[in-house]
Amino acid sequence: MSVAPNALKLPGIQEHPKTTEPRRMTIAERLYLPLLSGLGVTIRHMFANLFGLRKRVTIQYPEERREYSHRYRGHHILTSRPDGSVRCVACFLCATACPAECIHIEAAEHPDVNIEKYPVVYEIDMLRCVFCGYCVDACPEDAIIMSNNYDMAYYSREQSIVGKSDLMKPFTVDPGRLGYRPYYPEEDEKRSQTSSQGFDLVGAARAKSAPATVAH
Amino acid sequence: MIAEAPPLLDRLPAGAVVAQEGPDAPTDQPTWIVRRDSLVDVLRELKENPRQRFDLLLDLCGVDYPDREERFEAVYHLYSIPRGERLRLKVRLTEADPVLPSAIPVHKGADWFEREAYDLFGFQFTGHPNLRRILTHDGFQGHALRKDYDSARRWILTEENIYQPKLVAPRSLENGDSMFERMTVNIGPSHPAMHGTFRLIAMLDGETIVASEVEIGYLHRCFEKMAETHTWQQVIPYTDRLNYCSSFINNVGYCRTVEQMLGIEAPPRAVWARTILSEFSRIMDHCVCNGATLVDLGALTNFWYLFQPREEIYSLLESVTGARLTVSGCRIGGLIAELPPDFIARCEHLLEFIPPLVDDVEKLIHKNRIFMDRSVGIAAIAGEEAVNWGWTGPCLRASGVAYDVRKAHPYDLYDKVEWEVPVLLGGDVYDRFKVRMLEIRQSLRIIRQLLDRGMPAGRTIIDDPHVALPPKDACYNQMESMIYHFKLIMDGIQVPPGERYGMVEGANGELGFYCISDGGGKPYRIKVRPPCFPIFSTFSTLVNGHTLSDAIATLGGLNVIAGELER
Repeated sequence: MSVAPNALKLPGIQEHPKTTEPRRMTIAERLYLPLLSGLGVTIRHMFANLFGLRKRVTIQYPEERREYSHRYRGHHILTSRPDGSVRCVACFLCATACPAECIHIEAAEHPDVNIEKYPVVYEIDMLRCVFCGYCVDACPEDAIIMSNNYDMAYYSREQSIVGKSDLMKPFTVDPGRLGYRPYYPEEDEKRSQTSSQGFDLVGAARAKSAPATVAH
Repeated sequence: MIAEAPPLLDRLPAGAVVAQEGPDAPTDQPTWIVRRDSLVDVLRELKENPRQRFDLLLDLCGVDYPDREERFEAVYHLYSIPRGERLRLKVRLTEADPVLPSAIPVHKGADWFEREAYDLFGFQFTGHPNLRRILTHDGFQGHALRKDYDSARRWILTEENIYQPKLVAPRSLENGDSMFERMTVNIGPSHPAMHGTFRLIAMLDGETIVASEVEIGYLHRCFEKMAETHTWQQVIPYTDRLNYCSSFINNVGYCRTVEQMLGIEAPPRAVWARTILSEFSRIMDHCVCNGATLVDLGALTNFWYLFQPREEIYSLLESVTGARLTVSGCRIGGLIAELPPDFIARCEHLLEFIPPLVDDVEKLIHKNRIFMDRSVGIAAIAGEEAVNWGWTGPCLRASGVAYDVRKAHPYDLYDKVEWEVPVLLGGDVYDRFKVRMLEIRQSLRIIRQLLDRGMPAGRTIIDDPHVALPPKDACYNQMESMIYHFKLIMDGIQVPPGERYGMVEGANGELGFYCISDGGGKPYRIKVRPPCFPIFSTFSTLVNGHTLSDAIATLGGLNVIAGELER
């Protein structure tokens, strides 16, 4: 096969390096001199932390917590109607949309003909769930939303399958702890006003827990 | 233009190479159908002919069509770094005789890819030196990605089936001239220095590794098999778990590929945000990689400095998508939600927050002789060799080859901003570290310019009810939107039949998604081209001859992520 002489002159054509050229140390580097500037960095950080010149980057979990946005995809909530019954109409869209197949629903006839169906059993396996929020996207009734509660720990696998009663617990519907749910732009506005430095989450966490620390 | 294959390959028998044409031919890149006995000749010719120069074997995968007479296809994705061209080769095989020649003599990087195709499809590669299972264990029977494989089947690995490598010391050491006794050590799969679930079996002569072998597959989760049973939209959360240090880039790569198959484009606002968040994810990934490498070398302080940007970037991602690690931030056709009102303020905050910490790490490390003694010249690989092994990404750029998908095939807004591809020539642990630090700076530069361009107006997801869910109030109040909503959730997005290889520059190299659709709501086949797979296949070659502690430094510098390596 003959090699076309102009082939190597095509634009952008270049050979890959066949050898390596490792970095060479200068005399100062051989004498470890640049280490001094490195020491300067660590000493600066140490004094800044020691005298509180700079905000500390660590937080004392679980006393202090990072404040997560109202989009956080945490523990699910089944919302209820004004009379306290479950809002879900057992249409199975959430179970269909779930990529992890962690939602189990058993439907039954609702006594009210306008509602038609309701879930007798609604279980989510929290160890299977990947918290993608697809169930919330899929729900045509606003019946399933998420909270920003990420504290989920169980002693057994059976415990991790949470049913209707757990999902409808009143504490999870605390408006301050709501997470991912169908998009509401007005809440974004509200939040950006309430925390002027919404991104300074460590500072916000510390400010909140400060009184408690003083009391001790 | 390269579709006119045959004249160049005139030495080959007639019909050895045919360009795939017709209505079912792929439209994204030229595709040739190669007869298997000519495969190695074709690959060699393509690589060595100066007019072709397809020097990088990106990917090798199998596809199963049970209804066809020639049931299997082995698909090779080639890339020419000098010419910036792509080419796909297909070899058709029958079920009775799935044998084809190994491509290792031409592309060393084919080694693990062939083992994977053997493992998951049962292809036999003649001439492969070590053709055994790689992702599934040795007690596994059958080939998992064949369409007739019963995915509910479980296999147990028993003690006697566990693979016992027989390491052979090189000839030069066989004379017994060493004063030390040989010792074989096993590190991992659960070892703090192995950064995930890798197993290194190394034969030591004193402290020097003379022979080694790596074993992977401990985190294999059948991503590709599961993708075949989920709708296109449902695959997105699975892509998060590929390279979990920069999951947003995976989302973008997958969603872009499916968008191209659908012939749609995400709105400008979504593209703008995708570019910014991808770059932040890249910064985060480089921070984790460099931080962890330094921890392995005993420089713990840097780890704390580099993890601060990461935590804050997670907060930005969380405010946009609702999750910190596995973000699922993209949807096909746009983003998961509208951007929060403080998005720009958060980005500005990060742009001020990150550079001082990167400066600090550079001051601590870049001229530090202690680090240099551990990293300069360690596990060095020249550019040509790295390309031969299929490397991409920062590791390749540290070896002097300036290939970056963002520059070579600009997507999103990368051609609208000014930035450079950092390239170094050392090819060793030190230069891999340094390239990543330089890339962090370039990413910050890209983000700065994008913020200065301003947020484009409009929606963050396409207004097409066949692709994106209608807004909630439309869904609650309009019959038509309600129907679209149900159809989309129940049947999924209907992607037209065809195949496409889509790529983005992941944090550790070219991340490719080779998607095949049969026109239904679910993917027919998705193959991920994981950038660290070919890189890690080089590991044992790289560390032989170095000390055991250098192997640990090397592993950190390669940025191998088990989630992506083993899918």
